Amino acid sequence: MDIRDLQGYGSFFMTIFLVVMLYGYIIHLYRSEKKGERDYEKYGRIALDDEVTSTPVEDKPASKRENEKEKK
Amino acid sequence: MQANAALEYDYSLAKKFTFLTILFGFLGMLVGTIIAAQMAFPELNYLLGEYGTFSRLRPIHTNTVVFGFTVSAIFATWFYVGQRVLKVSMAESRFLMVVGNIQFWLYFVGALLATVSLLFGISSSKEYAQYEWPFDIVVVLVWVLWGFNIMGLIGIRREKALYISVWYYLACFLGIAMLYLFNNMAIPTYFATEGLGSIVHSVSMYSGTNDALVQWWYGHNAVAFGFTVPIVGMIYYFLPKESGQAIYSYKLSLLSFWGLMFVYLWAGSHHLLWSTVPDWMQTMGSAFSIVLILPSWGSAINMLLTMKGEWNQVTENPLIKFMVLASTFYMLSTIEGPIQAIKSVNAIAHFTDWIPGHVHDGVLGWVVFMVMASIFHMAPRMFKREIYSRKLMEMQFWLQTTAVVLYFTSMWIAGITQGMMWRAVDEYGNLMYSFIDTVTVLHPYYAIRALSGVMYLTGFIMFAYNIYKTMTAGRELSEEPQFRTPMA
Repeated sequence: MDIRDLQGYGSFFMTIFLVVMLYGYIIHLYRSEKKGERDYEKYGRIALDDEVTSTPVEDKPASKRENEKEKK
Repeated sequence: MQANAALEYDYSLAKKFTFLTILFGFLGMLVGTIIAAQMAFPELNYLLGEYGTFSRLRPIHTNTVVFGFTVSAIFATWFYVGQRVLKVSMAESRFLMVVGNIQFWLYFVGALLATVSLLFGISSSKEYAQYEWPFDIVVVLVWVLWGFNIMGLIGIRREKALYISVWYYLACFLGIAMLYLFNNMAIPTYFATEGLGSIVHSVSMYSGTNDALVQWWYGHNAVAFGFTVPIVGMIYYFLPKESGQAIYSYKLSLLSFWGLMFVYLWAGSHHLLWSTVPDWMQTMGSAFSIVLILPSWGSAINMLLTMKGEWNQVTENPLIKFMVLASTFYMLSTIEGPIQAIKSVNAIAHFTDWIPGHVHDGVLGWVVFMVMASIFHMAPRMFKREIYSRKLMEMQFWLQTTAVVLYFTSMWIAGITQGMMWRAVDEYGNLMYSFIDTVTVLHPYYAIRALSGVMYLTGFIMFAYNIYKTMTAGRELSEEPQFRTPMA
């Protein structure tokens, strides 16, 4: 088996791997929403309510932000 | 939140890059129109000696549109969208402002010098990668500075979740960084010839078929990560914001994102169909190009469905019309590309005018329309004035839409005619036509394309005038509009 065959097989199995990953991701998205672990659609609001004073859709924990300020 | 009461977004960098977008857009399209006219009327090649020939001007057209106009627009919109979706002002970090300003000036001076270098014939002769190595270093530095700004702004954000547009800007940053570095690996000929060559001129580190493969892996993905990914990022912010409608399906936007990332990078070898690269690699390029329809249409359909129940806005708001047309052209060019990448179709399409036809329905219809729509949306927020003239915007829309249609239809006909004539053989198997026969037949289509260029450029000048008047004479706004852009 020469290098070109190896490249060909490599490409084939890589493709299969990526397809499985992608379909796995679809399942992950829908399953985690169905289980109530995450609401992906709420992130769409980030673009609509985007003033610097708007309440973040998902806030960085206040304590964390304060720590960051102190570090500066 | 009280501490942030007086805090405002800082649009100074977005404004600066917007001016560059308009400047480079005008230059790129002007040169494009000139070279389109040269194709129809070759005497126009001799107006400025060696500096006015098609071969000198064509790289200036492509590089100014890619690295001047589009990259400026990516930076301008990033410095606007980035702040807003991360809910943090650039004014909150002096460091990021300094880095952003260095990025601006380095980019501006570098881009101007790089354009002049092409005019003087200093070129590495690789498609969309003609800049010689000193300019490549400037591009890398500008890109690294932009990276600092993206990561820096993300680092100090208030909004924990990264909005989908940020994902796209990040992909643009990482994708171009990787592609640009690998494809532009070169050695000055001075070092490759024991002092006989030149310091400025260089040769690629790859050779033959490998060089072609790296080049088209780069060339195709420059389209992916320059003309597709950041523009999708723009529309995912500006269309919902302008229409007041959240993205139809956020999950679909995530899925399309990863689909695009997985698939795009493998499709570049479709540029080398019927050439000396390994056959399986050509087939892989074709197959991935077909698969690419899925993530591309996933994004495009998501954009159109965002307008579900709100289609009246297309007639009421010209900006929505710009964006809906842009996403429609995105759909058109992302179905056309895969069709051209089918081996049997490519046997006719390869090297013909159908290819620039395809590129231009994507760039004129999708990229430029979306960039102009973004600037129209940002202008009243950046300058605190309403858009100067809605009527001018409407006229510009129809003029440029007609221009795009004339461009791609003339090139479809020209390309397919050309492809068929090159292949035609008589009953003895001899070629029926010589090259000049095709040139004669194609003349009217080249003339139509030149006309469409003049129309599109006129529309762009109308756009620039409208923005200039907005800045200087638009009615002042007392408060920032939330969704729909105000216009007179």
